[in-house]
Amino acid sequence: MQAHLIEFITVGFGLVLLMIEAFTKGNKSQIGLVAAAGLTVILIMLFCPAPSCCPVPEWMERFYSDNQTARFYKIIAVISTILVLLMSVDFSKVLTKFTTGDDDDSATGEFYCLPVFACAGLMWMASATDLVSIFVSLELVTITFYVMVAFMRRNVGSLEAGVKYLILGALSTGFLVYGIAWIYGAMGTTDISLYAEILAGDSYNQSHLLFGIALILIALGFKVGAVPMQLWIPDVYQGAPTPITAFLSVASKAAGFLVLMTIISPFLASELTSNSICTVLLIMAGATLLYGNLAAISQSNFKRLLAYSSIAHAGFLLMGVATQDYVSVSFYLGSYLLMTFAAFFVLALIRSEEDSDELEAFNGLGKRNPALALALTVAMAALAGVPLTAGFWGKFFIFKSAIENGVSWWLLSIAFVSVAAGFYYYLKVVKAMYWHEPRDPSPMRLPIITKCVLVILMLGILLFGVWPQPILDLLK
Amino acid sequence: MLLALILIPLLAAIGILGGLPARLSAVVASLANILVATYALSCPACSDGFSLQVLADPNINLSLGITGISAIMVILSVIVTLAAVYSGKCPEGREKLWYSSTLFIAAGAIGAFLSTDVFFFYAFHELALIPTFLMIGILGRGDRKQAAWKITIYLAFGSIILLAGLLLATAHTGSFAFSDLKEIPVAAQNTVALLLIIGFGTLVSLFPLHSWAAPAYASAPTPVAMLHAGVMKKFGLYGLLVIGMKVAPQGMLHWLPWICVLLLGNIIWVGLVTINQKRLDLMLGNSSVMHMGYIFLAIAALSANPDNTIAVPAAVLLMFAHGISIALLFSLASVVEQKTGTLEIAQLGGLAKTAPALAFLFGLAGMASIGLPGLANFAGEVMVFFAGFADWTPGESMGWVQITTIIALWGVVISAVYMLRAYRNSFQGPLVKATENASDIHNCEKIPSYILAITLLVVGIYPKIILQFLSN
Repeated sequence: MQAHLIEFITVGFGLVLLMIEAFTKGNKSQIGLVAAAGLTVILIMLFCPAPSCCPVPEWMERFYSDNQTARFYKIIAVISTILVLLMSVDFSKVLTKFTTGDDDDSATGEFYCLPVFACAGLMWMASATDLVSIFVSLELVTITFYVMVAFMRRNVGSLEAGVKYLILGALSTGFLVYGIAWIYGAMGTTDISLYAEILAGDSYNQSHLLFGIALILIALGFKVGAVPMQLWIPDVYQGAPTPITAFLSVASKAAGFLVLMTIISPFLASELTSNSICTVLLIMAGATLLYGNLAAISQSNFKRLLAYSSIAHAGFLLMGVATQDYVSVSFYLGSYLLMTFAAFFVLALIRSEEDSDELEAFNGLGKRNPALALALTVAMAALAGVPLTAGFWGKFFIFKSAIENGVSWWLLSIAFVSVAAGFYYYLKVVKAMYWHEPRDPSPMRLPIITKCVLVILMLGILLFGVWPQPILDLLK
Repeated sequence: MLLALILIPLLAAIGILGGLPARLSAVVASLANILVATYALSCPACSDGFSLQVLADPNINLSLGITGISAIMVILSVIVTLAAVYSGKCPEGREKLWYSSTLFIAAGAIGAFLSTDVFFFYAFHELALIPTFLMIGILGRGDRKQAAWKITIYLAFGSIILLAGLLLATAHTGSFAFSDLKEIPVAAQNTVALLLIIGFGTLVSLFPLHSWAAPAYASAPTPVAMLHAGVMKKFGLYGLLVIGMKVAPQGMLHWLPWICVLLLGNIIWVGLVTINQKRLDLMLGNSSVMHMGYIFLAIAALSANPDNTIAVPAAVLLMFAHGISIALLFSLASVVEQKTGTLEIAQLGGLAKTAPALAFLFGLAGMASIGLPGLANFAGEVMVFFAGFADWTPGESMGWVQITTIIALWGVVISAVYMLRAYRNSFQGPLVKATENASDIHNCEKIPSYILAITLLVVGIYPKIILQFLSN
């Protein structure tokens, strides 16, 4: 099978799911399980090496590259989609409540099909090597997200989030297209693989080029949640259905970073443009770190806290991009998937059981369900960057390359202060779980899917925390 | 062999969480650890070290070794661990958490001292901190939430600064192995030394970053207070000796005046604060902060002259002695609370009449902590003061270290004042309401106390038993 067919298969699978949804009655959340099973097959296909007999055809080659990094990001996309689908199944109670308003879940079927299309878009994005294909795949993802964010139509928060995401997303798309146009104007082609060569010559207009790159940085800053385009994140994350928030926070961010790295890596490698781009990236990183961490400190809502923490992590990742340490960035995103999903799974469960996202809803969880509390403790420790968890290595690699590349001391100080602030607000959750008395001391039930997923994620966080080599091997 | 020292408590802790009998497993594990440590130290061939690569680039290995200072710190850890699992009163129904956390802390501390790789040195210490925070927050006494939150924030902050320092140092040396640590370029030394002093200093409660310590020890469950004050706090000093002095001796020299001023803050300022304490546990907590000043004095002497041969043994001996004596004091303070129901010094009195054995042990530990000759702390403190003057010849003008040493000598008076006053008010004089019916320490509680007390005596009379490990 040719490598590029995998995205087509994914889209086809999504269409089949829509058909199943339209022609079956009964429990809609079953579709989520079917979709997760189908994506697991696609995941296995991704781990198999591409056959050497049938390369990507010529007409596709310019738009599509099948390399190890692209595969890594596809794996991230598929795994996070599977986890989103599984989380949605356990989240169906809340979904039903806010779509039709009664016990009838007939309006929730699409919710389990849409992530598959977003997944196809994310996979295309991972392989895209041309500004045009990047743009098309990015739009496939974004438009799917517009629908999913606003899916709980009887919930004002979800609708507000949808509108905000739509307007700001459209704005950022505008920036992106405009930026692509300027770069095309300056370079004469949209094929990124030719840029290194063109930059070596002098047949391009540098100020036009830099202006285009600035526009693109702004547009992608929106996707990854970097200052100055981060304002949508807290509201949209808080309003969106929890599985979609997790999806936005992991897969959408990972894809955003991959695109960012694909587009600017030739410019960062060239001496003529690297200085100015690097400066802008480092300033963005510093501002993002400060904003995300300082604003997270005062949050009392767990979902909003995770939103700010997601901004904060974008700051670390931008630092990694600026130092051109793409392996570290990819590693960070992989470990970020494990810990963020662990946190969101617990959050989705609490939301279903307690009907609240507030930190108070976590009070006394250590007594109500010690295993769940332990899982969230590990996830929070990993997000904070405690050693021997996967989260530590991500930060460690980024700091290491920042120090080695001579990033200026003010940014490093900001980053270290950010880590310290992170300890404060992540451990606040741990504190609530263990040190405060529960409102309702009855034991909490743990659904089987959430239980299995959490066990796997915990093992992943701890295993990669002691032995990070397997993820690094995937990136080679 | 060395890996077993970490794995025994770690596996026992996991086993306890999984349903093994808690107290029994903890005792067995800590006894086994003492045996393994004795064996590893007595036959150098079998303690040759252990290495397992976890990451190729950068090259990070889980490598363990037991030589010199780390041998002494490991002895301290296993002894205090055994005493800690015997000490304190576990609340009904929380045995799992109580004993498993104690063992987790012990495993982390032993791992940190055994590691010969900067990364695992740091990581094991963090591993030990998390159960410390949780235990104080969940099972602590008094204002536990406030105290636990304070220690969490302070130590997390300290660890981050420390990580920055370690990363910067290893970026220059290009390797994480202790054996590759060497003096880094002079231009970077001041920064690295500053980061390490602040980072390690916070973990050791160096003035003015000390305010987490006393309330945390006062509200911590007894084994946690013993392990943290006795063992974990030595991590920072150990780090300054084996990493700080090695990578940035010039930097340490640069900051010498500051170290001197701050350590006097520990000895004099915190000493005066200790005199003013009204509760036994807060007094002990503050006194442990105060005594860190003496060990910093040895480090200051070493910074002033890296060839000072007496400074390292002085620091290490005092670390060991202080670890044992403070653990004994915390253990006995919890017995006092169990027998009388209070730790307010004003509400105690005459305990020596109803509980003579307890009074004897407490007196012994108190005297040790003041620095009475014949007990381990005396040997350590005297060596520290000698180290302070080792580089000075009569007639020469005195340097920072010498002046600091002279002022620090007053600390001995201060500690005599608070310890003797507390002893007189709690154990002597007429019996009061709380102590009328107090029973004496019973056999089970005697075990940890005697282990620690005998260690204090033996090392006090024959310090070489500990210091011999430094020579090879």
